[in-house]
This record gives sequence, structure tokens and C-alpha cells, in this order.
Amino acid sequence: MTGAVAGRAGRARTRGAAPAGRGRTRLLRWSPLAPATVLLLLFLAGPICYCVCLAFTDTQLTGQESASFVGLANFRQAFGDPAFRNAVALTLVFTVVSALLGQNTLGLALAGLMRRASRPVRTLTGATVICAWVLPEIVAGFVLYTFFARRGTLNALLEQLHLPPQNWLFTLPILAVSFANVWRGTAFSMLIYSAALAEIPQEVTESAEVDGAHGLRRLWHITLPMIRRSIGTNLMLNTLQTLSVFGLIWAMTRGGPGNRSETLPVFMYDQAFLKSLIGYGTAVALLLLLVGAVFSAVWLRLMREEV
Amino acid sequence: MRPTAPLMLLAAAVVAAGTLTACGSGPGSDQNTVKVAFIKDTNGKVTVRDDYVRLVARQFERSHPGKKVRLIPVQASENDYYTKIQQMMRSPRTAPDVVYEDTFLVNSDITAGLLRPLDDRLRTWDDWRQFEPAAKSAARGQDGRTYGVPDGTDTRGLWFNKKIFKQAGLPADWRPRDWAAVLDAARTVKRTVPGVVPLNVFTGKGAGEAAVMQGFEMLLYGTGADQLYDPADRKWVTGTRGFKDSLGFLDTVYKEKLGPDVSDALSPHIQTRVAAELLPEEKLAIDLDGSWLGQQWQKTGGGRPWPAWSATLGQAPFPTQHGAPPGKVSLAGGWTWSVPRQARQPELAWQLIKTFQTKANALEWCVRGAQIAVRKDVAADPRYRTSVPGIGFFTGLVKVSRYRPALPEYPRVAAAIGEAMEAVTAGDSSPEKAAADYDTTLASLVGGRTVAKP
Repeated sequence: MTGAVAGRAGRARTRGAAPAGRGRTRLLRWSPLAPATVLLLLFLAGPICYCVCLAFTDTQLTGQESASFVGLANFRQAFGDPAFRNAVALTLVFTVVSALLGQNTLGLALAGLMRRASRPVRTLTGATVICAWVLPEIVAGFVLYTFFARRGTLNALLEQLHLPPQNWLFTLPILAVSFANVWRGTAFSMLIYSAALAEIPQEVTESAEVDGAHGLRRLWHITLPMIRRSIGTNLMLNTLQTLSVFGLIWAMTRGGPGNRSETLPVFMYDQAFLKSLIGYGTAVALLLLLVGAVFSAVWLRLMREEV
Repeated sequence: MRPTAPLMLLAAAVVAAGTLTACGSGPGSDQNTVKVAFIKDTNGKVTVRDDYVRLVARQFERSHPGKKVRLIPVQASENDYYTKIQQMMRSPRTAPDVVYEDTFLVNSDITAGLLRPLDDRLRTWDDWRQFEPAAKSAARGQDGRTYGVPDGTDTRGLWFNKKIFKQAGLPADWRPRDWAAVLDAARTVKRTVPGVVPLNVFTGKGAGEAAVMQGFEMLLYGTGADQLYDPADRKWVTGTRGFKDSLGFLDTVYKEKLGPDVSDALSPHIQTRVAAELLPEEKLAIDLDGSWLGQQWQKTGGGRPWPAWSATLGQAPFPTQHGAPPGKVSLAGGWTWSVPRQARQPELAWQLIKTFQTKANALEWCVRGAQIAVRKDVAADPRYRTSVPGIGFFTGLVKVSRYRPALPEYPRVAAAIGEAMEAVTAGDSSPEKAAADYDTTLASLVGGRTVAKP
């Protein structure tokens, strides 16, 4: 506390001092952050700049010796490419189904239910859900592949129950990978919402109950408005995480059959590394970045409209 | 305003310094080490190529005292392997000195400037005279120079299980005359021997170039001349009957459920599954596949030892569509040893390639890898001719074998073919629609150099 006051006083003093001295103080103040800034520039801004540069060229992995600047040709190609539009549509389906409807809602439901559950149930559920979350993405991908595959666990179970087996990865692969992503990502939402629900003051809940708000009404009028900020944060993190899911889909379907589960990251990889069109692939990556930015802007707005 | 300008300058300087110095002095530029990159089978139990490369490397180290060979086995599917070596070859820090290149890709990599011409060295190398003319041109670029030394070739045909055929009442010396005969045999098996996959034709994107070459082009090259590329016009061909008929054949196989289950057929693991499970477990009656299959069932280094295979499996040439002469069709491919342009030790690399291609080592590889010899002295060797059952049959197919268009844009055309196959197999498109989509894509892939031949 006193440190902050002293700092403010210091700043007030330097305002009036000579420009050279001011510069030095600022540099000094920044110096502890220097290594972090350099690392960020080197490993975060660097690759992004490189990616932006590549997106405007026709760089290829093979088949062409030198790359040249092609302006917006890659972007024009993307918007004219039915496979790209298909990938955008699938990405939106994947994000809405698995992040917004799946992870977010299920996470909130689990968090709500766990508050009322007995301690052993809570521990057990929490541990199970978090287990799915800590599994590395590629491991989760293989586990879920063996679960959904034609001769997989799910069909073995269905057979035991004398139900007709389903070929999930073939008939509706985008739904299968969406379920997989829900399975994997729900724990994160659950943790965020558990913390948020615990923050709601006891007296607010009690007075609501005294006023006769029970069940759904209390959820709608009291709980949701009170954890609105957490919902925004969670939605943003979920969306951004889901938009960039690659390993899970790659391990389960490779974007197939046909291109029925080819979301943007998979499409990007296919173009850049399998078709060797690095330039086009990076252009698609930039567009993906743009989609992410649009989603983030929406959620940020949602959070700002706080009462 | 924040005083960010000095920060940015400082940071930029640090970044520049970091990258520049890193480029200047790469680690691992040891004068005495030669690095060799090659593909390792995705089935970890198959170590045929690793064992052979290690054997030659030891020999090289003995005959070149003080030199070391560093093996870089890349365990990946073929598509991923190509991507990996292309990335490695782009920088002198990661480029191997010797690289194993698929002839399907070599022209694309030559055009990209990733490889080094070997003409000067080949001119003074006596053994080069032993190579068949077709093999000598396997890695020849558009500029007429040679960029690789092939270590064998392969052909393709039908493998069939004689025991299943007997149950189905089909002859043990089966020789289908046309496509209809192949389909009829498959239908007979489906009717009479339940629980067995009648016919496997690789298809889709998962199996990569294997599907395009073993599956699609074996069909297409049997439908008439120049159905893919017209060498006279130097243009890629669109709208042919042959293209649609070939997709139609696949459509029939997978619609009538004569092939493996569609989700299996489209999975990237199908090649391993066919070689390591379906054939040895005698669950597959007919397989349109490559001459090298035998290497998978050897006692040492094979993924699935199966000594009985030579008595169980028969081979037949794949027929042309309507039995038109010469009545059979085969495609030849193969791999070459090449030297990347960015290699640090090109001299040692060439010495190593020569060691790979001494007569004894070339023979050793043909025997171990069930390869078809490209050297005349190896082909004449009795040990080669008795090495693997069926090698005589597949060597005989070399005469009718055709080659894929050795052009830099071929890999991308092949990828488009894979997509057309996948669309038909998965039931997303009719053969006509998939062929039309391919025609549209093709024009953009080859810069408009197409010619319609309806």
C-alpha cells in the first residue's frame, strides 16, 4: 500500500523533471520486464509477422524454386474455394456445438450440481472430469477414436444393450469430434463456474429464497447475472481454444471422410503441408485469426455491458 | 504516450543478433559425419529398411576410417515423410547429406531447388552403366540432369488367396481378362465365402499416393492411351471417359460392398491393415497391391512373419478395362538416393551412395526389400532370381509397366485424384460429379495447361 503511494508520488515528481531524466527512469522501470519483452517479441510477434508476410506470397514447400509477392491472391482464392467455405461452416458448427452448447452449459450444470452433492460424489466427479482435461490432446484423440470407431467401445456397449451399432466417425464425424471436444474441455468450464458460484454471497441467495425465487427462476434472475463476468471469460477462452483444436480432429478423422470434419485448422494443415502450399495455408491461418478476433470482440462487449 | 520506441529498437536488435548468429554457425556441421534421412515403416515391427541402411552404414564406417554415418529414420506415413524431408532440406542446419526420395516427388523437389545434380559424379562412376535406361531417367529433371540413384523399382498386380479361391470354386491359376472378370470373381467370393473381404483397391486421401498409384492409375492406364497427361501436347487431360470409368469401378467395389468397410478403406492405416492383418489372417481374397508385399512377411524385419504366404497367395496381372492389348497393366515406381542442395558434406554423401550401390549391397536390398532390380548385374544374379517367391512374376511386369508423369506439378494432381476417389468412395459424389470437380481443380493446379479429351 505504502509502496504504491510512494510510486505515485515518484511519478508526480518525475513529471516535472528534465526529459532526459524522465526517459532514464522509464527505461529503468521497464528493465525488469526486458527479458520477457524480448522473449515475447522473439517467439510470439516474430512468427506472427513471418506468417503475415508469407500469406501474401506464393511460397511452396516443393515444386517451385522462388516465391514472389502475390498481393491478395491467396485470400481471393480462399473466398472462391468451396472447400474453404465448407471448412468455415464446419468450424462454426464445431465451435457452437462443442464450446458454447457443450462445454459451457455442461460445465455450468456440473458446477451447480456439485455444489449440492455430498463430498465423496463431488471429489469423484471432479477427479473424473479433470482427468479428461489433463490428458494430452493427442492421447485424448486416440482414446476417443477407439471409443467411436466402428469396432470401438461405444459399439461394443450398444451391442451389449441390443441396440443397433452406429458408425459415428463415418456418418456424422463433425458431431463425433464435437462430442470428443466436449468430453475433453468441460472440466475447464466446470472449474471456472465452481469458483464463480462460490463467490455469490450467501445472503443474496438466502434473500432470494425468502422472496420465493426457487430453482430456474433463481438461476435466471440471480445466479446468471451475478456470474456474468465469469461467463464472458469462460466463453472467450472456450471459443478460442476450440477454434484452434487440431490434434483431436486429426487423430480421430483427419478431417475425413471426404471433408466432412475438415475444420479450418485441419484445412490449413492440409493446404500448407500436404499440398505444399505454404502461402495459401498461412493466408487461411490469418483468416482463422480473424474469426477468433471477431468472437473475442463479441465476448468482450458482453463483459463490458456489466450493470 | 508510452516510450516504446527505444524498447522496440533494443528488442529488434536482440532479435536480429539472435537469428543472425544462429544462422552463421550451425551446430552439427561436423566434417566427419554424414547424415542420411530415410522413411521408416509406420508399423514399428517392420525394420527391413532400417536394418539394411544400418548394415551399409557400418560398412561405410569401416571402409572410411574416422567417418561416421548418422541415421535419421523418419517414422511416418508417406505424405508426412515428404513434408518432413522438404522442411529439413530447406535449411542447411537441418538438411541431411543423403536423402531417400520417392520418384513420384523427385521432380517436384528438383524444381524447388532442393536437390543437387549428380551428373559429374555419375560420368566417372563405372557402375552407372549397369543401370537400366528407365532407371537412369527415374530422377532426371526437366533440365535433363540427373538428381538421384535409384535402388530398385516396383510393379503392381493382383494378389489372391488360393485357399479362399478354392472354396469359392475359382481357379488357382486365375487370370482375369478384363475389369468385369475381376468384379465377377469378387462377387463370387462375396456370395460363397462369408466373413471375407472379396477385393481390396486402395482409395481416398488416407492412403495417399498408394491409393492414387495402386488404386486409381492401375485402372486409368488400362482405359486407353494418355488419359492423364498428353506428352505430345504437354498438357494435362480432362473430361475423359477413362477417368469416369475408373471412378465408376471404385464406386462399384464400394457400393456393392466388395471392398473393405468404407471407413476402414478411407483410414490412413489401411495399408498396414491389409499387409499385417487382412492378408496373413486370410480375411482378404483379392488385393490390388505392390510387388514388395513379401518384405512384410519375412522372418526377420517383417512386421508379421508368415512363412506360408508363398504357398497361399497367387499373383495375376491386372487386366485392361476391356482386355485390350497387351491385356495387362502395371505401373512402376521406386525410390532414389539423392543429395540435397543444402547438404554440408556432398562429397561424403556421394561416397555413401556409392556404397549403397555396390553390386553386393544393391543385391542385398533387392533381396531384403523384395525390390525389383534396376541393375542388369543384379537382375542376372541367381540369388536375386530365387530370393522371393513371385519376384519372377513381378519382374516380368516391368515390360508392360508405365510411369507416372515425371513433372513437378504431379504431386498436387495426385492429391486432387485422391480427393476425387474419396468423394466417390464415401458416397459424397457420383463418378461423373467427382470427375467434373477434378477437371475444375486441375486447371488451377497446373496453371491452365489442360486439354479436354471427351
